[in-house]
Order: sequence, then structure tokens, then C-alpha cells
Amino acid sequence: MSSPLALEINDLTVAYHDKPVLWDLDLEVPAGVLMAIVGPNGAGKTTLIKAVLGVIRPAAGSIKLLGEPIEKMRRRIGYVPQHGSVDWDFPTDVLDVVMMGRYGALGWIKRPGKREKDVALQALEQVGMTAYKHRQISQLSGGQRQRVFIARALVQDADVYLMDEPFQGVDATTEIAIVDLLRALRSKGKTVLVVHHDLQTCPEYFDWVTLLNVRKIASGPMAEVFTEANLRKTYGGRTAIYSSINGAPNNQGLAKTAVS
Amino acid sequence: MDLSLSSFFSDYTLRTVALGATILGVTSGVLGSLAVLRRQSLLGDAISHTALPGIALAFMLTGSKAPLVLLFGAAIAGWIATLLIVGIVRASRIKYDSALGLILSVFFGVGLVLLSIIQKTPDARQAGLDKFLFGQASTILAEDVLTMGVLGFIAIVVVLLLWKEFKLLAFDPAYGEVLGFRTTSLDLILTTVLVLAIVLGLQMVGVVLMSAMVVAPATAARQWTDRFGVMMIVSAIVGAVSGIGGAVASSLTPHLPTGPAIVLVAGSIVAFSLLFAPRRGILWNWLKQRQRGRRFQEEAALLDLYALAQQHTGQSHSHTLGVLRAMSAAPAGTRRTLHELHTRGLVASDSSDGWRLTPAGFMEAEKLLREQNVRT
Repeated sequence: MSSPLALEINDLTVAYHDKPVLWDLDLEVPAGVLMAIVGPNGAGKTTLIKAVLGVIRPAAGSIKLLGEPIEKMRRRIGYVPQHGSVDWDFPTDVLDVVMMGRYGALGWIKRPGKREKDVALQALEQVGMTAYKHRQISQLSGGQRQRVFIARALVQDADVYLMDEPFQGVDATTEIAIVDLLRALRSKGKTVLVVHHDLQTCPEYFDWVTLLNVRKIASGPMAEVFTEANLRKTYGGRTAIYSSINGAPNNQGLAKTAVS
Repeated sequence: MDLSLSSFFSDYTLRTVALGATILGVTSGVLGSLAVLRRQSLLGDAISHTALPGIALAFMLTGSKAPLVLLFGAAIAGWIATLLIVGIVRASRIKYDSALGLILSVFFGVGLVLLSIIQKTPDARQAGLDKFLFGQASTILAEDVLTMGVLGFIAIVVVLLLWKEFKLLAFDPAYGEVLGFRTTSLDLILTTVLVLAIVLGLQMVGVVLMSAMVVAPATAARQWTDRFGVMMIVSAIVGAVSGIGGAVASSLTPHLPTGPAIVLVAGSIVAFSLLFAPRRGILWNWLKQRQRGRRFQEEAALLDLYALAQQHTGQSHSHTLGVLRAMSAAPAGTRRTLHELHTRGLVASDSSDGWRLTPAGFMEAEKLLREQNVRT
């Protein structure tokens, strides 16, 4: 295994007000995988992403991106926040929001110009939103908002993408379109980490998975790690959800289950 | 009126005041846009109120009433207060609005105490400090306007330089942080500039009402546009118009203080904008809703007639208004709805107030039914 690790986390602990949200986490993610981060509410999924982004300060531990400390590597990370995290009544249009993805590369004070606009238009085409480029953002549907945020991350031209529930509030057609986008990113050698809630679609969409519940339960290739025993450990007492289907638990039964 | 207009252009004092009011309006309009979009409208209120003890202390320490000295004290106090608010939120579980209310009232209380102490000292120079409570434009001199101009210029230049950074801070600060723009630094810069914008208006509008100049122009401007830059420009114009309007009104009307006059003009513009702006205005929404209601009733009446026609052979059979009223969810409007459909050529009536679909009406009703089936 000489291929470089996209993400290497050692002994990561994050706490809010003495309450550990992530506890002693070790994680290795090889480059070029499409990884789901799965776990119950409060498992620390968003916290993990924010720690990797460097937005929250961990109590302990180290995080390396492509072999370097994250402080140096911020520009190499593309980020798609939950689309409920901003005020969509903000007076701006789609193209303007997507161009924000270039602000980091521009640096302080310099204004975006034609080059940034071209890149943004390209990204809008990739997410199928070209027709909406001058649309006021308050008039977008949930799925369209999500695609705008993905386009904004695309123009960052990063190596590692972190996405917090990109499928939330998205219809089936858009979900498929987003999955296609994620696969396109992977085929370009990018690493994509996605907080995902739908256990049913997990094995279909992703090739790598991390099961998380404050501690890391398991992490690795989907086929090896996404087992009923591991899910039982991850979701604790809620095992009934998996075993009650069709009387007896089996691999197919797992794939039919969804936890919201 | 003619006399007053010509006096406006010749009267040196009035010209000075109007110029000052314009600078005040433009600056607070621009910075107010950012404050309002960041949902920090009340921060302006806190900064202006907390400036009062700063003004009083500056006078007590220096004995000077020079505006630059007093405004410097005001700025320092407003700035410290903002840091305290942020500090309280960080260090405790007190929420932002509580911390803000706390600091605002405590600082303002201290300011009032200091003012009354100053006023009790047998010193002729102390007279007039209380003008900072409600503002007094008539005491403004050309050099004060120059001070205002310099401060306003600095504030606006900073906003222009950090345009995209401030936009990011207002829209999605967490994402800005990810891109490498430290929220804490940006926040500090923006707050400092906001303090400048507020302090420069204190002499004219006073600490009590200055927050209106932060909130009002921006709120009005937001009604008229969906673009960040345009909103800031409109906000600046609203601020300027309020400033000039209030200053002129107060100079023409005896006993009308400038600060309240400016705020009243700004408030009127806000009220007008809330009512009449297209798309976001109350009137617009009301009309839209009524239009939708009418259309819904028309469609319902068409479908009712269609259903009746299905039960009888032939389209020529008419139905009375009473029957249609009984079927309608809004019986009172049935006649008006039918007349509207009549003018559109979709229904026909006979002499005995009987109604039926025209062939065009039939096609329209069938189209509606198909659309409904697609939707469900």
C-alpha cells in the first residue's frame, strides 16, 4: 500500500462543554474513494467534518490531509455545508454564490473577474443549473440549493471534498444526478467524504464507509465493513430496525432498511 | 416655500447641516446594510447607546468639547462594549440578545449618571453635552462636517476593499472560514467600521435614535432589490434623503429637533417600502393572493359546470346560479366569477339566469382536469 492517504486522523478527540463528541478517533482514508460517514444523530459526523475543515479546534489529536497538516492544506478541501445553514433570502443570485468558491484562491481584497465567472458557469453546467444562473437564490427548491452548493465546491478545484448531507431535501432525480457528480469526481482521482443518512442506498452509492458513534466503530471498503454486526454496534439499541425485516436478518434485509 | 428653497441654497448653516446629514445617511446606509443582512440590527443600537459614557468620560478627562475628542471617546466605548458582548457570549451560556441588552443598558445607565455629574459641576463649559442624547444639528460647524466626511470616507473605503469578504461573512461565515477568511478578524474589522459610522452621526441624531439610521435605510432598500450591491446603493440613497429631509425640516420648523426629524423621514420611507415595493411589499402580496383566489374560483366554477354537463345530455343545458352557488366553496363570489368567465368566452348565460359552458369552456375544463391528473 504505497498510495498516499487522502486523510489520516490520529487520536482525535473533540468535546463541547466537557461532553466528548468524538472520542479518540483514528481514521485512514485512501485517496480516490467515495466514502460515506454513517452514524446516528449526535454521533459526531458533522463535528468530524468540521474538525477536518479546521473550523473547530480539537481537544487532542492530529489530522493530516494528503500527508500534510491541515492548516497548510485548507485550499485543497472543497466543502458542501448542509443547505439549511444559510439565509436563502440573502440578496444575491446563483452565479454569485457559485463564484464564492473562488474567493479562497483569490485571497484578500482581490475581486472576482471574468476567469472566476467562467469557472462558475462551467460548474453550473456540470450540476445542470445553467438555466438558473441569474435566479435569485430564495426562489430555488431544496434540490437546486444543494446543487448550487455543490457547484460552489466544484469551483474550489479541491482534492478532497467534504459534504454534509447533500441528499437532504432532494428529490429522487436530483439524488441520482448528485451521485453521478460524486462518481465523476472520484474518476478524476478526487476523494469524496459524504455524511449520509440513508442506509438503504449506502452500498449502492459509495465504495468506502466509516461507521461512527462518538468512537469509530469501523472503517474500510463497503463490502467488508457494512455488515449487520457493525451497524448494530453503531446504532446501539435500535437493532430491531435491521433484524425485523422479513423475520430473519440477511444481507438483503440490511439493504432494504433506511434510518432517517 | 419658495423662500425656504432659495434660502436652502444660500443659507450657509443649512448647507453645512445638510452636507453633514448626507454624509451621515450614506455611511450608515452602507454599513447598516451589512448589519441588517448579518441579523445584527440591534448591534447598532448597542454601539450608539454605549457611546454615551465614552463621550462623558472623554469630556471629564480632557475638559474639551471638541467633537473629535468626544467622538473618539464614543468610539472607544462602543468598541469596548461590542467586545464585551462577544466575550460574554463566548465565555458563558448567555445568549447574544441577552448579552446585548445587558451591556447596552448598563453602559447607557453609566452614561446618564456621568452626564448628571457633569451638569452639576459649576463649570460653564459643560453646557450642551446632553445634545448627544437626541442630537442637535444647529450646533454643527464646517469642521465637524469635515470630521464626519473623513470618518465616513474611511468606513466606505474599507467596505469597498473588503467587499467580497464582507459579503461572504454576511451570507455564509462558516464557508468563509473554510476558505481561509478568519471570521473573528473580519468581524472585528466590520465592527470597527460600524462603530465609525455610528459615532459620526451622534452629534446630529444622538445616541438614542442613531440605531434607526443603521436599520431603517437598509430595511427599506432590501424591499426594492435582490442584489447585494444595489441594496447598498439604495440604502445609501435612502440614508442621504432621510438626512437632508430631516435636517431641512427641522431648520424650517421651530422646535423640531434634527435627530427625530431625520429618523421620522427614514421611518416613512421604510413604511412606504414595506407597503408598496414590488414582490416583497404587502400590497403586492395581497394583490397576488387575491389574484390566485380569483383564478382558483374560476377554475372551480368551470369544473362544476363541467361536472353538471356530464350528468345531463348535451352542452346546451343551463344551470341556475343557485345550483352553482350550492356547489361553490365561496358562494358569495359566484356571480362575479361567472361574469369573469363570460367575458373570457368560456361560459354563456340565458335569459333566466341559467349558465352553461361554451365549447371553449369545455376544452378549458378538460385541460384543467388533465393538469390535475398529472399533479396527483
